[in-house]
Amino acid sequence: MSIASMTASSRLASITGPTHVISDSPNLTAYEIGGRKPVAVVRPGTFEEVAEIVRFAAAEKLAIVPTGARTKLQMGLPPQQYDLALDMVRLDRVTAYDPADLTLAVEPGIPLALLASVLAEHKQWLPLGAPFQDHSTIGGTIASGVDGTFRQSYGTARDYVLGIEFVTGEGACAKSGGRVVKNVTGYDLHKLMIGAMGTLGIITKINFRTFPALISPCALAASFQTAEQAIELRHRISRSPLLPVGLEIFSPGSCERLCARVPADTAKHAMPSNLFSSSAWTLIAGFSGTEEVLRRCEDEFFKMGVDCGGSSLAAIRGEEFSAASNFAREFVPLALGASPAATVVKISVLPTRMKDAIANAVNAANTNLLPWAAMARGVGVIYFALLPNDGTEETRFRAIQATDQILHECAELGGNATIPWSPSEWKGVLKVWGPQRTDFDQMRKLKNLFDPLNILSPGRFAGGI
Amino acid sequence: MKSWNDSTIPAEMHTRLLNDLKRLLGPDGVLHEPEDLLLYEYDGSIEVARPDGVVFPLCTEDVVEIVRLANLHETPLVGRGAGTGLSGGALARQGGLVVVFSRMNRILDIDVENQRATVQPGVVNLDLSLAVAHAGLHFAPDPSSQKACTIGGNVSENSGGPHTLAYGVTTNHVVALAVVLPSGEMVRVGSPALDSPGYDLTGLFVGSEGTLALVTEITVKLTRLPEAVKTLLAVYDTVDDATETVAEITRRGITPAACEMFDSWTIRAVEEYVHAGYPVGAAALLLMDVDGLREAVESAAQEVADICRTHHATQVRVARDLAERELLWKGRKNAFGAVGRISPTYYAMDGVIPRTKLPETLRRIAQIGKKYGFEIGNIFHAGDGNLHPLIPFDGRDREQFRRAVAAGTEIIRCCIDMGGSITGEHGVGMEKDHLMPFLFSESDLKLMRGVRDVFNPAGLLNPGKIFPSSKACGEIYARTSQGTNGPPV
Repeated sequence: MSIASMTASSRLASITGPTHVISDSPNLTAYEIGGRKPVAVVRPGTFEEVAEIVRFAAAEKLAIVPTGARTKLQMGLPPQQYDLALDMVRLDRVTAYDPADLTLAVEPGIPLALLASVLAEHKQWLPLGAPFQDHSTIGGTIASGVDGTFRQSYGTARDYVLGIEFVTGEGACAKSGGRVVKNVTGYDLHKLMIGAMGTLGIITKINFRTFPALISPCALAASFQTAEQAIELRHRISRSPLLPVGLEIFSPGSCERLCARVPADTAKHAMPSNLFSSSAWTLIAGFSGTEEVLRRCEDEFFKMGVDCGGSSLAAIRGEEFSAASNFAREFVPLALGASPAATVVKISVLPTRMKDAIANAVNAANTNLLPWAAMARGVGVIYFALLPNDGTEETRFRAIQATDQILHECAELGGNATIPWSPSEWKGVLKVWGPQRTDFDQMRKLKNLFDPLNILSPGRFAGGI
Repeated sequence: MKSWNDSTIPAEMHTRLLNDLKRLLGPDGVLHEPEDLLLYEYDGSIEVARPDGVVFPLCTEDVVEIVRLANLHETPLVGRGAGTGLSGGALARQGGLVVVFSRMNRILDIDVENQRATVQPGVVNLDLSLAVAHAGLHFAPDPSSQKACTIGGNVSENSGGPHTLAYGVTTNHVVALAVVLPSGEMVRVGSPALDSPGYDLTGLFVGSEGTLALVTEITVKLTRLPEAVKTLLAVYDTVDDATETVAEITRRGITPAACEMFDSWTIRAVEEYVHAGYPVGAAALLLMDVDGLREAVESAAQEVADICRTHHATQVRVARDLAERELLWKGRKNAFGAVGRISPTYYAMDGVIPRTKLPETLRRIAQIGKKYGFEIGNIFHAGDGNLHPLIPFDGRDREQFRRAVAAGTEIIRCCIDMGGSITGEHGVGMEKDHLMPFLFSESDLKLMRGVRDVFNPAGLLNPGKIFPSSKACGEIYARTSQGTNGPPV
């Protein structure tokens, strides 16, 4: 341990107590980002401690990366400087929950699974449907801005986060929003914090609107020879009165490809293979409601499915339904485990452009001899996973070519594309945050305000932030 | 920024700016005679502030040029749509030019398949819904003023409306904006496709009350019209029974598309004006929509009706047809107008409380009314806890005005004590800026001011809004007969 790290550690220990500071090398490995370890890990227990740590870091110009369960540390770019990992898992309380009002306030370190069980006691939930569910914390889920299957009907966190408390890069405590479901008081700074990857502030509390649990959730599935047919069904559903709670289209063989390497103990995420043809595109839509409602949904779905050329029409309930939802939710984590150099491109286009966006991506992958799997959400967000069998120089070159082509063609379609996940050694040469945008300048100005010393996750975010 | 009211500004600069603006916008694109400015002294609030001029841009390039001229002449700019706002957001508190977007009122693009529309800010809210109704779509935010208010104004204030209970407020429906910054730079934020990379600037600009940028183009999501709608009217002998009903509906996890409440005072006011068939003499009524799939609506309506009866509703009426539904809703949408007939001046509050606190809060509001000698009417979005207490007063009577403002402040304090907020959909504007410190710490406000200064460093846009002026912090300013910013009362 260097003198500098000893000094830092002892100062941090004076804030949190020595048991909550880690500075011995082996234990730092779990906090590596892109092969780089922090000098120390510190686990604050209160928001005041968070503020004090940030003020100390600001005085010493130490760069901080906040983290929860560390499931998404490899997302985005690696930090340019990485001194302290701010492990938020001790801030794990539900600070307020008013089930009758459907509002909730939590600290960021609470695990998603635990939070879900607290809400389930009152037959409520948060429709995040976020990946890495078994390990993630709520803070990491919000800060990383990952989306989920239920955005089809519930939108994303920005639509039901009511307020956020955070600590700025200068160690000041701040908040915006509130705890009521409707509020226009002051600027919506909490919208900036969602998906900012910890570059604007350290989230210390999040207020949510909660939702009544779904009534008898189930899914309906149909298989298609072409992606185009599956997308046509998506369009037909969107023109119909049906209101699916989730809708995803999976590429042929994606289940086998993604679940091939899944160890037995996590096999619960695996999809029943009979749902997933290895040669067909599968559309799965979630529905909820009374028996009468579900019957109507089934009738109309099957009718439209057949009209679009679908086969293997099926209603999925019970355990099969859980497995199907798990697979959809964990598509990205499964993809990351399915290849030694998995590279996931996130493509967002208007729904009518999905057909072309998918065709382009498939073409780019095939031309570059890269195995792939895709999941397209009905709202126009496509996760396209390149799944090479190795991570050699040659493969890297092909991945660059393929992703460049996908990004370029996505821009032509008026969409947005980023590469949130890839081998860390490739991040320097991939266009992780997509092409330059004209509003990046405004974002940098905000970053300078919230974090003038550039110590919060420096360089991890879009636009070089 | 200085105002022309400020005698330090030479008259010749005034003339030069006016001439430049007339060259840009044509003589009919600029108003500056005192009698022409009169209308722009007001919006839907109780505030008054006279601008020095009014300009009507026709396109984004006009706005860019107006901003350039305003910078040159150090003249504040205040964006305005239809002027229906209820917090003084569109008033030129420190003088300067009001930029009225009524002539930028084109729907630029309707994309039915992708459920998007791009509009200029002056498009009237309801006009967009009417323009897409043929395709079974609508623009979901529906402020009561939707026949008049503009989408630009909705974006500035992050407006709500009765049906935002189920569908969300304006910010949930805006995906991209073109804005002109105070620097004169035109920037596009967000994108019609979802998830544009980077910070959610669209989310920041929506609801920023015209203090960060002038919005010149808006891309919104269009929402499918529900297959079926049922409108229920539940009548009560006590306010408590009605509020308990709302609490029970929320607790049971039912989300009506809308859930509005009227008390006896507003029932009377509305019925005399609109003749919607409301039961005059009832203590309270709930007006609710449930919508969705036919099959779902049938059972939800039944469940809601049962809850109403359990909570002693003396009558539960389900509208038989579209005509009856529209009549029932006409009463709600014209309620503020109805109150205006009884009392030409009234103070419309906009507090929000947790829904579980409805019964308690309404009792407190009645007590506050008694204390200050007003019969306070309540008509509000009960389903999301967004209250609109209406304090009728005689605007000519200074003493009554002072009491009305004091009663209003006490009501808002009560909302804050309940764990609520000072504004649910009307905005802070110049009406509630002094209340901000009740909700936000100095550190919170410093950061928000910092955000304003990132975009609007010299206070060119809408100065004197949202943030309490450092001297006036906690004080209440009221109008005087001369105009703006009278002495503290």
